[in-house]
Amino acid sequence: MMKRALACAAVLALTLSPAAAQQKSPYADYQKKTTEAAPLELFELVGEELWKKKQGPKSASLEQCDLGQGPGKLKGAYARLPRYFKDTGEVMDLESRLVHCMMSLQGRSREEILKRPFGNADKPSELEYLSMYVARQSNGFKIDPGTRHPKEKEAYALGEKLFSWRTGLWDFSCTSCHGEEGKRIRASELPQLDDPKQVSPLIATWPAYRVSTSSLITLQWRMNNCFQQMRTAEPIFGSETVNSLITYLTVKSKGATYSGPGIKR
Amino acid sequence: MITKSTLGAAVAALVLSPAASAEPSAREVQEILKRDFRPRGQAKMDRMDQDAVQRLCTTTNNKPPADLAKKLEADQMRTIDFPKGSLMGNWKEGAKIAWSGQGMQWHEDPKLPGGGGCYNCHEMSPQREAFGTIGPSLAAFGKKRGNGIEMQKYVYGKIYNAKAYNLCSEMPRFGTTNSLTEEQIKDLTAYLLDPASPVNK
Amino acid sequence: MAGPMKMRATLAGGYTDVRVLMTHPMATEQQTKGQPHFIQNLTVKVNGKTVIEGEISQAISRNPVFSFRLKGGAKGDKIEVSWLDNKGDTNKTETAVA
Repeated sequence: MMKRALACAAVLALTLSPAAAQQKSPYADYQKKTTEAAPLELFELVGEELWKKKQGPKSASLEQCDLGQGPGKLKGAYARLPRYFKDTGEVMDLESRLVHCMMSLQGRSREEILKRPFGNADKPSELEYLSMYVARQSNGFKIDPGTRHPKEKEAYALGEKLFSWRTGLWDFSCTSCHGEEGKRIRASELPQLDDPKQVSPLIATWPAYRVSTSSLITLQWRMNNCFQQMRTAEPIFGSETVNSLITYLTVKSKGATYSGPGIKR
Repeated sequence: MITKSTLGAAVAALVLSPAASAEPSAREVQEILKRDFRPRGQAKMDRMDQDAVQRLCTTTNNKPPADLAKKLEADQMRTIDFPKGSLMGNWKEGAKIAWSGQGMQWHEDPKLPGGGGCYNCHEMSPQREAFGTIGPSLAAFGKKRGNGIEMQKYVYGKIYNAKAYNLCSEMPRFGTTNSLTEEQIKDLTAYLLDPASPVNK
Repeated sequence: MAGPMKMRATLAGGYTDVRVLMTHPMATEQQTKGQPHFIQNLTVKVNGKTVIEGEISQAISRNPVFSFRLKGGAKGDKIEVSWLDNKGDTNKTETAVA
C-alpha cells in the first residue's frame, strides 16, 4: 500500500546511521515529525463539545463532573488520577470516572455507555474523545496520582502483584514482555514497565493518537489489548484489575511532567 | 509423584515472608480475577484459573527451588504426546506457522488455523529481520545441533510443552493447550532442523 | 457530513505560518475496493483573494494536516481554507492572522 510504503521509506531513511541507532530509538525522528503534524487538536475539540453537550434522561452536560479537583475543575485533573473517590469508595482512573459522571449527572446506563468503549479510525468512541480533551487540560502538570489513602495503597499493591501474575492460556504475566530492559517483540521495543525511568515517558503521553491505525487509544484500551494478546479472558472495563494496573504504572511515573495527549506509531 | 499436599506445603514454605497489610493474598487475587474478567469468543473463564506451574512460578518469581522444579518438569513431560517415527514435517509450512502471530485470541475465529508466534520472541531465518529478543536466538539451529531423532524429540517436546524442560519458561505450552496441532509442531520442527530450511542456510 | 476543521495562522518574521487540520478518511481506491473517498481540491484565500489552488491525491493519509508559509501578512488578515472531495462534499474554515 502506497501510504505504508512511504511511511516505511521515511523510517528507513532516518535509521541509516548506525551510531544514532545505538543511542536513541530509530523512530525518534519520525515520531518528532508526526508529533508536529498530528490532528490531536481536532479530537480534543470534539471532546470539548461532548463535555459540554446535554445528554441522557437528565439532559445534563458533564460540566459538573468531579475528576478529583472539584466539580468541573479540569486543570491538572488527569495528571492526578487515578485516585480514591469518597462518593464511590473506589480508586478510579479517568475513564471510570467519566463513566460514573455520565451515569450520575446524565442519568445514562452503564450498559449504554459501555456498548462501544473503544472506537476505530472511522469513528472514535465518546470516551476516547473526552479522554483526549480532559488529558490536554493536564499538559504541563506533574504526574501525581493518589498514594496516601489506604485504598490507594491497596490499588498499588494489587497492581504490583498482578504485574507478575502468571495466567491465561499461555502462562504470561506483564513481566513476560515488560519485566526486562532492552527486549523487543518482533520489531517493537518493549519498555520495562516497573522501571520508573522507562515507564514515566509513556504514562506522560497517554491517551494518544495512533498513527498506524489513525485511531485514538487510551490506557483502558491498552490493558484490554494486552490481555487479548496474553490469551486470557476479557478484562471488564474500569474493573479493579485494570484500574490497579493503571495505578501501579502511574505511581511508578510520579513526578514526571505530563506532556500528552501523545502520538504513537 | 508429587502430591497436592507436598506442593501446597512447598508453596506455603516459600511465602512465609511477612506481607504488607495492603498486599492481597493469592486467594484474594484469584477471586478478583474471577470477578473482573468475562468470557468472550473462544476465551473462556478457565483461562483465569492458575495451575500449579503458574502458581509456583508466580510465588517464586520464576526461580523455583531445583528439586521441586525437577519434579514438576517430570510431570509436565508426561503430558507430551510424541508421535511415532520421524518428527520432521514440512519446513515450508513451518515457516508460515512460525511467522503467524494469530490464534487463540478472543476476537479470532477458532476454526481458522493459528500460528506459533515464534518470531515474537526468537531470531530464526536470516531473511526475517523483524524478530523479537524475548527468547534466545534459534539461528542456524539444525546446522549447529544436527537433526537426529533425539534432537527432533527435543525440539518437538519443547514446542509441545516448554515447561517440561524449564519449568518457569516464558514459552507457551502450544501442544498441551491445543494451540498448535501435531502436524503444525512437526512442520515447525522441520523449519528449525531441516538442512534445506532458510534457518540453516 | 464533514468532520471538524481547524486552522491557526501566526506571524513569524516577515512570513505568516499557517497550519490547517482537516478531518477526512482519505480512503484510496485500493483500501475501499473501488470506492475511493478523498479530498481532491484545496483552496486558500487571503482577504478574499485566492492564493493557492491545490490538487490533492489519494496518496495523502487520513486526517491530513496542511501547513504552509505565506510571504508577508499582517495581524487581522483573513485566511480561508476550503476543500472539495471526489464525492462533492466540502468544508471550510476561516481565521484571522494572529
